[in-house]
Amino acid sequence: MIRRRALAAAIIIGVLAALGPVLPAYPLTLITQALIFGILAMSLDVLLGYTGLPSLGQAAYFGVAAYAVALLATERQVGLLGCAAAGIALAAVTAAVFGVVAIRARGTYFLMITLALGMVVWGLAFRWVSLTKGDNGVSGVPRPELGALSLSAPLPFFYFALVTAAVSWTLLGLLVMSPFGLGLKGIRGSESRMEALGYNVWLHKYLAFVIAGVFAGVAGVLWAYYNGFVGPTDVQLVTSVEALLMTALGGPGTLIGPVLGAGIIVFLKNFVSVYTKRWLLILGAVYIGVILFAPHGVVGAFRRQRR
Amino acid sequence: MRARVMRLILTVAVVLAGTVPGPARAQSGPIKIGLLVPLTGAASALGKDMLAGTELYLDEINRQVAGRKIELIVEDTEGVTATALTKARKLVDQDHVAILTGGLLASTGYALHPFADAAKIPTTYPVMSSDDLTQRKPAKWVVRTGWNSSQSMHAFGEWVARNLKYKKVATIGFDYAFGWETVGGFQRTFEEQGGQIIQKIWTPLNTTDFSPFIAQIKPDADAVFAVFFGRGSLQFVKQYAETGLKAKIPLIGNGTVTDESVLPQMGDEALGVYTALHYSAALDNPANKKYAKAFEAKAGKIPSYYAETCYTNMRWIVEAIKAINGKVEDREAFLAALKKVELKDFPRGPVVIDKWGNPIQNIYVRKVERVGGQLQNSVIFTYPAVSQFWKYNPEEFLKQPLYTRDYPPCKYC
Repeated sequence: MIRRRALAAAIIIGVLAALGPVLPAYPLTLITQALIFGILAMSLDVLLGYTGLPSLGQAAYFGVAAYAVALLATERQVGLLGCAAAGIALAAVTAAVFGVVAIRARGTYFLMITLALGMVVWGLAFRWVSLTKGDNGVSGVPRPELGALSLSAPLPFFYFALVTAAVSWTLLGLLVMSPFGLGLKGIRGSESRMEALGYNVWLHKYLAFVIAGVFAGVAGVLWAYYNGFVGPTDVQLVTSVEALLMTALGGPGTLIGPVLGAGIIVFLKNFVSVYTKRWLLILGAVYIGVILFAPHGVVGAFRRQRR
Repeated sequence: MRARVMRLILTVAVVLAGTVPGPARAQSGPIKIGLLVPLTGAASALGKDMLAGTELYLDEINRQVAGRKIELIVEDTEGVTATALTKARKLVDQDHVAILTGGLLASTGYALHPFADAAKIPTTYPVMSSDDLTQRKPAKWVVRTGWNSSQSMHAFGEWVARNLKYKKVATIGFDYAFGWETVGGFQRTFEEQGGQIIQKIWTPLNTTDFSPFIAQIKPDADAVFAVFFGRGSLQFVKQYAETGLKAKIPLIGNGTVTDESVLPQMGDEALGVYTALHYSAALDNPANKKYAKAFEAKAGKIPSYYAETCYTNMRWIVEAIKAINGKVEDREAFLAALKKVELKDFPRGPVVIDKWGNPIQNIYVRKVERVGGQLQNSVIFTYPAVSQFWKYNPEEFLKQPLYTRDYPPCKYC
């Protein structure tokens, strides 16, 4: 099964890579955007799908990393490696601090605490004007250079995002298949039983929380470079909710599902809106349809059917 | 399984293939204009005004200029800057528009600046008013056809000090760039004329209950200066009157407080409020009378500044296209033409562009009055040809910091 999934993923990555040079700039940038949100949704999947922790604050780590990159790149002219390291490290530290507060709670309370913590970051982004430029946001983030290769054109940046997404998928895939990942699944199934078996449930959850934060940070780094602009809307609740919807739509607990969910949402948002002003209605209908007919998400439904 | 995966891949490929555009059209094709407006989300009412104003002008000229058809491509920004950027990329990369226009939020303006310069795409901002967009951080490819936040307030500060003779004024406004720049512009000229700002109250964006903030207003103020827009204006003006404070301390404000986008929903609570802006639907000139009548017939309401500025913006673009005989493919020439447009008969009056890309235009001091049963912003004084730098020397003006929450400092608080 694992081999087959790896093969499917390899085919998708291969097709995307082959399509790259053929596609015009705009669809290419949309796929890039979908890949970035795919990484964010995958990071959330570690919490939601594997550990059973519904977080409404994933945009916080995404945003912290994006702000770090944007500020370092525009004001200190720091290169790709420095920016990425700082962004991911800051996301990890933020997740490590927030995790101490959030992991104590369960279910709805966990949802509310992560929401509140996310709003704290949003508040900082909005009000700490001397650092974040407040509502105006940080604009003009230049696309980075990878050695001698400039990533400023859509195509190289697309490959950069594709490779990052593939590496993230592989690492997270290894993580969820590891004994640690199986422990997380056990916690999702029954916390008390895992505790009785002698697992350190708190530590498992905490580590999962921090790891999710790190990968949200990876997505944030890409986002800052991709858009060239970071503002309070990037750390807003709406972004967290969107990540949650992507995960739920694609199929929580499947890793590749959330990426697909991200793709579906990005494309619906940007293509349907061309044809109708009522595109939110269609997006809503898709959500309802998925909840009614595929409660385990698109990929979840595929896998269930095969069983 | 395999078959299913293959089917999925094929579907994806077909969908993607459908998005591939045809070869770029030759010069005789339509001139494409890309418009970014919020049609969904909290700001959608303003977005609809922007769209209505734009379309009104295009319909007047039958969507044709210099022998070429005009094709307007409208994209919804949701009032979110990241979405606006994505849509801007779509308009430029996929639709190959000749010019980009629209946008509502200041942050969208700052984000589009580097984009427009990198893509070398002529761009106009009819609404986005943040000062630095044409002051300390101008973009070569962007022309502002609207206004900037402190422009009308420099004039208003002087006018209030000289004519209403207020000495002490308390300010209250939304706590973000637009509020700060508006209050900053007012404070600077008002205090130079001998007035004193004795208090600055900032309310979070999207505040709906203003009573705790109104309760803080110092009782020895001669007037309260307010900066709000949209629903905030409606709520604030209403609550201010309800507390009974309006009878004791008169209300003045920036133009969006009583803009025609909210004025029809207001009642007697708005009567007598003094504001200033570069437009009023009640402006008494032939161009505006004709325009306001046509807009009411089309949209069923009086034109707001959002509608007027987009109408004027579209006429502006069309005039520039005429000046280069429709050859919009020469982008440098198109940009130069946009900067050279100089017309005397816009609904808002005569306008020219300064070398930083901001309009020099009339500023109108208005007072809300009831005429024929309807509230209107009656123009009671006109400052002709006001620059974004007021009467200051531009170079010296630019050496000062941007107006923010704490600049100019509140010396008399």
